[in-house]
Amino acid sequence: MATWLLSTFVLAALAPWLHRLLRAATPWVLATYAAAMAVHLATWAPQVADGATPRVAWTWAAALGIEFSLRLDGWGLLMAIVISGVGATILLYGGGYLAGDRRLGSFYMFLLLFMGSMLGVALADNLLLMFVFWELTSLSSYLLIGFDHERPAARAAALQALLVTGLGGLALLAAVVLMGVAGGSYEFSSLLSRGDAIRGHASYPAIIVLVLLGAFTKSAQFPFHFWLPNAMQAPTPVSAYLHSATMVKAGVFLLARLTPILGGTAAWQVPLMLAGGATMLLGAVMALGSDTLKRILAYSTVSVLGTLTMLIGVGTPAALHAAVVMLLAHALYKGALFMIAGAVSHATHEYEPERLGGLARIMPWTATSAGLAALSMCGLPPAFGFIAKEAFYESTLGASGWSTWLTSAAVLGNVLLFAVALRVGVMPFTARATQATTDAHEVSLTLWLGPALLAAIGILIGLSPAVCDARLVVPAGAAIGAGETPPRLALWHGVGPALYLSGLTVAVGCAAFAMRRAARLAGIALRKPAAWGPESWYHGCVAGMNAVATWQTRVLQNGYLRVYLWTTLVTAVGLVGYALLRGADLTDLPLSWDLHAGETVVCALILLATAAAVRARARLAAIALLGAVGYGVALIFVFFGAPDLAMTQFLIETLLVILFVLVFYHLPPFVIYSELAARTRDAIVATAFGGMMALLVMAIGGGHDGPRVSDYFAERSLGDAHGRNVVNVILVDFRAIDTLGEITVLAAAAAGVYALLRLRGGRARLPRIAVEPRTTIGSAKRERAETAGT
Amino acid sequence: MKPLLVLPIILPLAAAAGCLLAWRSRVAQRVIGVAGAAALLVAAVLLLQSVWRDGVQAVQIGRWPAPFGITLVADTFSALMVLLAGIVGFATSLYSLASIDARREQYGYHALMNVLLMGVCGAFLTGDVFNLYVWFEVMLIASFVLMALGGERAQMEGAIKYVTLNLMSSAILLAAVGVLYGLTGTLNMADLSVRVAARPAGGVMTAVSMMFLVAFGIKAAVFPLFFWLPASYHTPPAPVSAVFAGLLTKVGVYALIRMFTLVFTHDVAFTHGLITLVAAFTMLSGVLGAAAQSEFRRILSFHIISQIGYMIMGLGLFTAAAVAGSVFYIAHHIIVKTNLFFVSGVARRLRGGYRLDGLGGLYRDHPWLALMFLVPALSLAGIPPLSGFFAKFALVRAGLAIEGYGIVGVALVVGLLTLYSMTKIWSEAFWKPAPGNAAESPAPPMSADARLMLVPIALLALLTVAIGLAPGVLLELSVRAAEELMNPAGYVTCVMGEPS
Repeated sequence: MATWLLSTFVLAALAPWLHRLLRAATPWVLATYAAAMAVHLATWAPQVADGATPRVAWTWAAALGIEFSLRLDGWGLLMAIVISGVGATILLYGGGYLAGDRRLGSFYMFLLLFMGSMLGVALADNLLLMFVFWELTSLSSYLLIGFDHERPAARAAALQALLVTGLGGLALLAAVVLMGVAGGSYEFSSLLSRGDAIRGHASYPAIIVLVLLGAFTKSAQFPFHFWLPNAMQAPTPVSAYLHSATMVKAGVFLLARLTPILGGTAAWQVPLMLAGGATMLLGAVMALGSDTLKRILAYSTVSVLGTLTMLIGVGTPAALHAAVVMLLAHALYKGALFMIAGAVSHATHEYEPERLGGLARIMPWTATSAGLAALSMCGLPPAFGFIAKEAFYESTLGASGWSTWLTSAAVLGNVLLFAVALRVGVMPFTARATQATTDAHEVSLTLWLGPALLAAIGILIGLSPAVCDARLVVPAGAAIGAGETPPRLALWHGVGPALYLSGLTVAVGCAAFAMRRAARLAGIALRKPAAWGPESWYHGCVAGMNAVATWQTRVLQNGYLRVYLWTTLVTAVGLVGYALLRGADLTDLPLSWDLHAGETVVCALILLATAAAVRARARLAAIALLGAVGYGVALIFVFFGAPDLAMTQFLIETLLVILFVLVFYHLPPFVIYSELAARTRDAIVATAFGGMMALLVMAIGGGHDGPRVSDYFAERSLGDAHGRNVVNVILVDFRAIDTLGEITVLAAAAAGVYALLRLRGGRARLPRIAVEPRTTIGSAKRERAETAGT
Repeated sequence: MKPLLVLPIILPLAAAAGCLLAWRSRVAQRVIGVAGAAALLVAAVLLLQSVWRDGVQAVQIGRWPAPFGITLVADTFSALMVLLAGIVGFATSLYSLASIDARREQYGYHALMNVLLMGVCGAFLTGDVFNLYVWFEVMLIASFVLMALGGERAQMEGAIKYVTLNLMSSAILLAAVGVLYGLTGTLNMADLSVRVAARPAGGVMTAVSMMFLVAFGIKAAVFPLFFWLPASYHTPPAPVSAVFAGLLTKVGVYALIRMFTLVFTHDVAFTHGLITLVAAFTMLSGVLGAAAQSEFRRILSFHIISQIGYMIMGLGLFTAAAVAGSVFYIAHHIIVKTNLFFVSGVARRLRGGYRLDGLGGLYRDHPWLALMFLVPALSLAGIPPLSGFFAKFALVRAGLAIEGYGIVGVALVVGLLTLYSMTKIWSEAFWKPAPGNAAESPAPPMSADARLMLVPIALLALLTVAIGLAPGVLLELSVRAAEELMNPAGYVTCVMGEPS
């Protein structure tokens, strides 16, 4: 199975070249490949039916618990056969549907990518590996829904599907990790025996919520159902394959797969029954009210997905068995009907069933397949759909508790779907011919062969269900907790409640079809309240997120450098100040006021010069005063016995003042634009920052008592490094690599200054940015407009 | 003497010097630029190999014993970071050949790029906290000049904001180093680790650690200190912003991780709890900022911030698994983010701008480019089986293992929002038809230059896919790096020698 899985991905990568090489033969080759896979998988069925679960495993990301492990059980096998079997018909059909399209190569690529991913979901034993493939199905679905990427509607639908299923995906990831924590393994086969541990774990409720979120979004359960009808923007083969037969079943598949581990409790069953039942009825009603063939089919798919969820929620062996039957029957007839709808639209360029008619004569092959598929969807004998519906009724009738409610809902849902089946599967072919259908023609072999095969298989299994039941359905049921039920499927069950209900369904369904105009009006009337439904929540969420995003970005990234500085300083003061106040003993600061006279004078000088610099009205004065501050600091260095440092400081200060004077000479007079409030605020921040630094320096006080590296320097400078000036020796020897870095800084700065001056059309001119306050305000506005005003 | 530890600093320095000496010859500078970057890459591979084989290594520069001289140290984390710098440097040097204009090259582009790489490697390798400051200065001046080189108005505006806020960071860092020296009497980080641990845990040390948090937080662009990044990263030419986006903020993250695993572990409940909180806000704020943008590089820039949040999330959670997640995330992010900026440069070359409303039709006209965007973009959004998935998953798993539900929830939701803004670029620049008449006319073939730009893009995309398909190698490296970080005794012994 690993070979098939990996070769599908390889084939996906090669598909565009294959298409270039084989042209029209490509769909046949690819379909043969998929069919061969289905047949080969089917040969495993007897073995699996005997209880074998072949497993292969390779290490992948061992440190994270992700193993590449595959395991074939009855449930996975059934799904894999559906994926490859339906896939074969779809690949054939897709080649005909998009014949001549220049994107056909990438279409095959995406489709095969999906097929491989979906097979991975069905076969993975490691739940994280399953998640990997799960996300890949979402991704390929995105690429395929947006296949007509130049249409905005297709892009929007693709994004919607991706976001909704992506939301579920992240919930699922968390659920898997939590299950791993609770059960001690990510391998499904190991978790199977640890269901009790997981159900008893504190995070069990969280796991359920997260799993349900993942499965409901993927399988379009209420209230996440809305993305599925919108996904009909995809080309029809995609709708038939991903959004009907396989991918949307992944959620249901997962629910069933986890039932033996998580199921059996009210917390698991009640939400499934409620959401499933609601989805079933909602989908059926919305299908009646829809206009186009594909949308009608999409809503009917939603309805069936709801049924499946509900059956898994009921959870009795009969219900699980019925779910398996229903899944298989639905894949067959719905895949066929979708392809037929596409073929009809292909031939007539018409999308609404009410505008079609008389196609039975014009498109005989298509019409025959449609009839057979509709038979199954209606649940009429001898189709497989009939057996599925009987099993459905039997399981709701046999459910302990809620039986009446479940059965009533089931009948109602089936009645509506019966009418829908007539509307899309029968009416276009048998009603009076219309304008649109007069110059229609039968479609090519590639377009009708696939649906015909699926529909025919649906009838064949219906006629003789025993083999399929024993080899596929029962083992699949056993794998999801239905136990070893004896094969029970048969076309004729004898007269019983289920048969009565079937009869009732047909009778009321025919009546509903006869009143389809009224039903449609009712459905249309429902669109108004539906406009307030979950889809509007989706749009609200996206719009709300965007509004919050714009707002927070406008506030934070406002373009004002001074606000940025201010925020940075306040953050620093806040964090450092809080840490000091929180943990340090500040009552005992080693303050000493016994300054000698010189120190007092210098301190006073520094303070006065600082105050004056702040209040200075002229640039030159401010610079000179800052120079005075620097000299004062240099004097302090002198007092503490660091003459070299003081010398350096004197030189730097002098040089700076001279340079500033030279530069400022060319600048316009200094004007204070800021208002008093702003200046007050700045003063507070500046004082707080200064105060914080002072506090910190005082708090370290005498600091460290142990050995300091400076002692070592003083000791070794002359003896080992042969230098009398310790500072020099530090610079060029002890810490020479610092100096190397600083020299590099200077060189880079020099290169930069040169380039800045010269790399502007050769004119030596200083950039005039941020010198005048007006310019900075302009830049702030520009940044803000560009960042947040979009 | 172990030359491998010194080479990542010496090689770029030599290349920069060579470029300056060959100031008049553009061709010579191009050759030296690529050769220097290639040599750095080779040296980095050898260094990582050697560290993997022999464990943590240290060199005492000038043979002055630690803690008195300056020590260069390479543990798995350092060596891995140097390798990533080598990869980004090499890819950028190739990309620059096609995308940097002759005038910028004449005015020292290649020399400055090498100075930048020297600073980055120096910061990764140094074992001395003041020396770390020096390397940050080297990076700052080189990046400032690179950002301003060309003197376009938007560049200057961005550069001013960039340099002002980063100088603020330098000032705080310098003050913090001074205070720390005052408290402990040493600058050697291994020595600091010992001496800080030996002191009674007190508020003063926590306050000092907060200064480091703010200083490196500015460099790493965490909430609420990230303003300089979105204000500037979209202004310089594509290869410059690519190397900034890939490497520079990660040096800040590296420094945070280094200091808050080696030195400041005396008050983990407060410091690392705070870091986790900052991580959550950084992730959210960044991704929301990205959602509000409609320009290719601005979206990417805000995403850097968001992903810095993931990187420090692992540090905040402070378990070996979480730190390993951070290391993996950093490695993944550097490769992917550099590549996305590369792609943005090609998009500009083909369509003349970065604004999404002016882009379009790239998928139809250049499917290969589309594929090579999709790989890093999906990886960034954490789509399996690409590298970003494993990075995100490692953090999520580590978070849930210690019941950090809040931060994990944020990380997951931010993942979805990341996907949202990546699809925005995809939808607007690639899927949407090209605006104007371009939609109708057949696309002109790519110029030779643009095709050359695709070479490093393809290399990095392949690397991303390779990490995804075989994550084991990088995972093992990350796990080992995290083990070394969480148990600094080996690091200390290697630097200081066996305790006598």
